Amino acid sequence: MSDVQAARYSWGGDEFVFAELAEEMSLQANFRVMAITKALREQRPDGVLEICPANASYQVRYDPDVIEPHELLGQLRDLEKQVGDAHDLALPTRVLEIPVLYRDPWTTETLMRFRDRHQDPEATDIEYAARINGYASVEEFIAAHSGSPWFTSMVGFVAGLPFKFQMVPRERQILVPKYLRPRTDTPKQTIGYGGCFSCIYSVRGAGGYQMFGITPAPIYDPTQSLPDFADFMVFFRPADIVKFTPIDRDRYDAYLAEVKAGTFRITARPVEFSLQPFLDDPDGYNTRLLEVLR
Amino acid sequence: MSAIEVLKPGLSTTVQDTGRTGYYDVGIPPSGALDQYSLRAANLLVGNPAGAAALECVYLGPELAFTADGMVAVTGAAMVPRVNGEERPAWESFAVRAGDRLDFGYLTAGARAYVAVAGGVDVPEVLGSRSTYGLGTLGGLEGRPLAAGDRLPIGDGPGAAPGRRVPDDLRSVLSKDMEVRVVMGLYDHRLTDAGREAFLGTTWTLTPVADRIGFRYKGAELEMVDREPPFGAGQDPSNIVDAPYPIGSIQVPGGVEPIVLHRDAVSGGGYMMVGTVISGDLDIVAQSAPNSRTRFVAVDLDDALRARAAYRDRNRRLAESL
Repeated sequence: MSDVQAARYSWGGDEFVFAELAEEMSLQANFRVMAITKALREQRPDGVLEICPANASYQVRYDPDVIEPHELLGQLRDLEKQVGDAHDLALPTRVLEIPVLYRDPWTTETLMRFRDRHQDPEATDIEYAARINGYASVEEFIAAHSGSPWFTSMVGFVAGLPFKFQMVPRERQILVPKYLRPRTDTPKQTIGYGGCFSCIYSVRGAGGYQMFGITPAPIYDPTQSLPDFADFMVFFRPADIVKFTPIDRDRYDAYLAEVKAGTFRITARPVEFSLQPFLDDPDGYNTRLLEVLR
Repeated sequence: MSAIEVLKPGLSTTVQDTGRTGYYDVGIPPSGALDQYSLRAANLLVGNPAGAAALECVYLGPELAFTADGMVAVTGAAMVPRVNGEERPAWESFAVRAGDRLDFGYLTAGARAYVAVAGGVDVPEVLGSRSTYGLGTLGGLEGRPLAAGDRLPIGDGPGAAPGRRVPDDLRSVLSKDMEVRVVMGLYDHRLTDAGREAFLGTTWTLTPVADRIGFRYKGAELEMVDREPPFGAGQDPSNIVDAPYPIGSIQVPGGVEPIVLHRDAVSGGGYMMVGTVISGDLDIVAQSAPNSRTRFVAVDLDDALRARAAYRDRNRRLAESL
C-alpha cells in the first residue's frame, strides 16, 4: 500500500493553492482528497478561507496576509504524508436514495432541441450511452446505472451540484463523452453523465453532460422551504453515497405532489465508509451498505 | 424607510458587496462587486463602510427614483450620472432629494459602474452577504438582476457631505488596452512551449461572452502536449478530471478562446486551466468591455504578493483621502 503517488501542488494566483492527488480518477484518489480536506478542516489554520475537495484534487483559498503561502503549503504536504493511502480511515457519511424517472419527457424534449450538438443525432442520449458502452438495451443500461451505488466525489460547478463516481471496478465504469458543444439549457434536477461521472443538475442552466432522466427530489433550495433544507440550502455533501432508484411516471407525480405540499424528504441514513473493505469486495460491500435503506 | 424605485433596470444591474466566504466547496462562489476597488470608493464617498451593498451596473445604467433625500456616488466605468437630467460628477458624492430621478449617459469607458447610496442597499444578508448570485438565485433582490418596478430598501446611515471627491491619482484608469498579471500554473504543463508563448504573446480580444461568471477572449489557438487521456478526463486534449477552479483562473477549452473566471465562477469543471489572474487585477478584468484588448503578463508568486501589498496600500490611501 505504498504505491501512492506524490501530489502535485500549484499556486492559483495569490489566494489559492491547488493540489492534484492523481491525474486519473479513482475512488482511491478521491478518498485521499476527502481525508486530507477533512483533516485540514479540523485543524482550520488561521487565514484558511475555503477548503474545496474535488474528484482527484482539491484547492484551498487563503489570505496570504494572515498565513504565509509556503507555510500553508508545508502544512498541506504534511497532511498528505499523514493521510497516506487513507485505506484505514472510516469516513462518517450518509447513504441517500434518489428516485429517478429515466427517459422522462422534459429531458427528452430538451435533448431533441440540441441534436446538432450531439455525437449521435439519430439517437437519444441514453440510447447513445447504452450503445457505446456495449449494453444490448437501454433497460440493461439503466440496470447498470441504478444497480450499484455512487460516491459523491465533488460538489460544485454550480450551487449544490453533486458529481458522482460509481462504486464498481474500473472495467465496469460507464464512460460517455460530453456533448460536442454544451447546451444552453438543462432542466433542473436532470440526471447527467460526462466522462466517468454522473451528476444531478441542481439548477436549470447550461450543461454539457448527457441527459438520462430526472429526479423529483430538489437538491438545492435557496428559499429553504422544504424540511431537508431547514439547516442549509444545499443538500449534498462530499462523500454522500447515492443509490439511484428507477421510478415510473405515477411515482414521479406522487413525489412531486409531496414536494409541492412541502413534505418531501430524501431518504437518508448515516453510515461509515471504509475504503479497504470496499476494494476487497465491492459488490458484497455495496450490498451491505445499501441495507440501511430497507 | 427610504427606498429606491427602479424605473428602468439597465442591462443587468445587481446588488453587490464584498461577497461571501466559506461556501465555495459546495459550488456557491464569492460573488460581490467584480471591481472591488470601485465599490469601496463609492461607499466611502457617501460615508458608508467600504464593503456596504451597492449597485453594479453593466454597460447601460438604470433609471432610479428616490423616495427620500439621500447621498449618492458613482464610480467605476464612465457613464455620466444625471439627476433629473442634469449631469453630476463621477467619483464624487452628490445629494438627491425625494422624488429625484437618477439616470446615466452612455458608457464611454470601462464596463461596470457602481452606485452607492448613503445607508447602503438594505436587502437581507444571505450566507453572510447581500451580493447577488444569479445562477443560484441567491442574495441581492430575490437573487436576480433588478427589474422595472422593483423597490430597493435603503438602510439608515449618517451619510457624508456632498462634494466629497476621490483624488485624481486614486481614480481607476480605464483603457481599451490592458495588461493583466497572471500566475501561470495549474495545468499549464498541458501546453507546449509554443502554446505557452502564444498565450503570453497574444493580444487577446474580449468577446461579447463576458459576464459575472467569466470573460471569454479570442486571438490564438494554443498548442497542447499530446497524451493518452487519463481515466475519467475525457477525449479532448484540453479535458482534465473535473477539478476545482480558482477565482481568476483561466481555462482554455479546446485550446481556443481562454475564459477568465470571475466572482460568480463555476467552482469546478473539466477544462485545463493555465494560470490565475492575481486578485487585485480582477478589478481590471471587470472593467473590460467586448472588443477591448488584453495581454496576460506572467508573474511569480512573490511578484503577486508585492502587487497585493501595493493594492492594499492604494486602498488604504483611498480610505485616508475620504
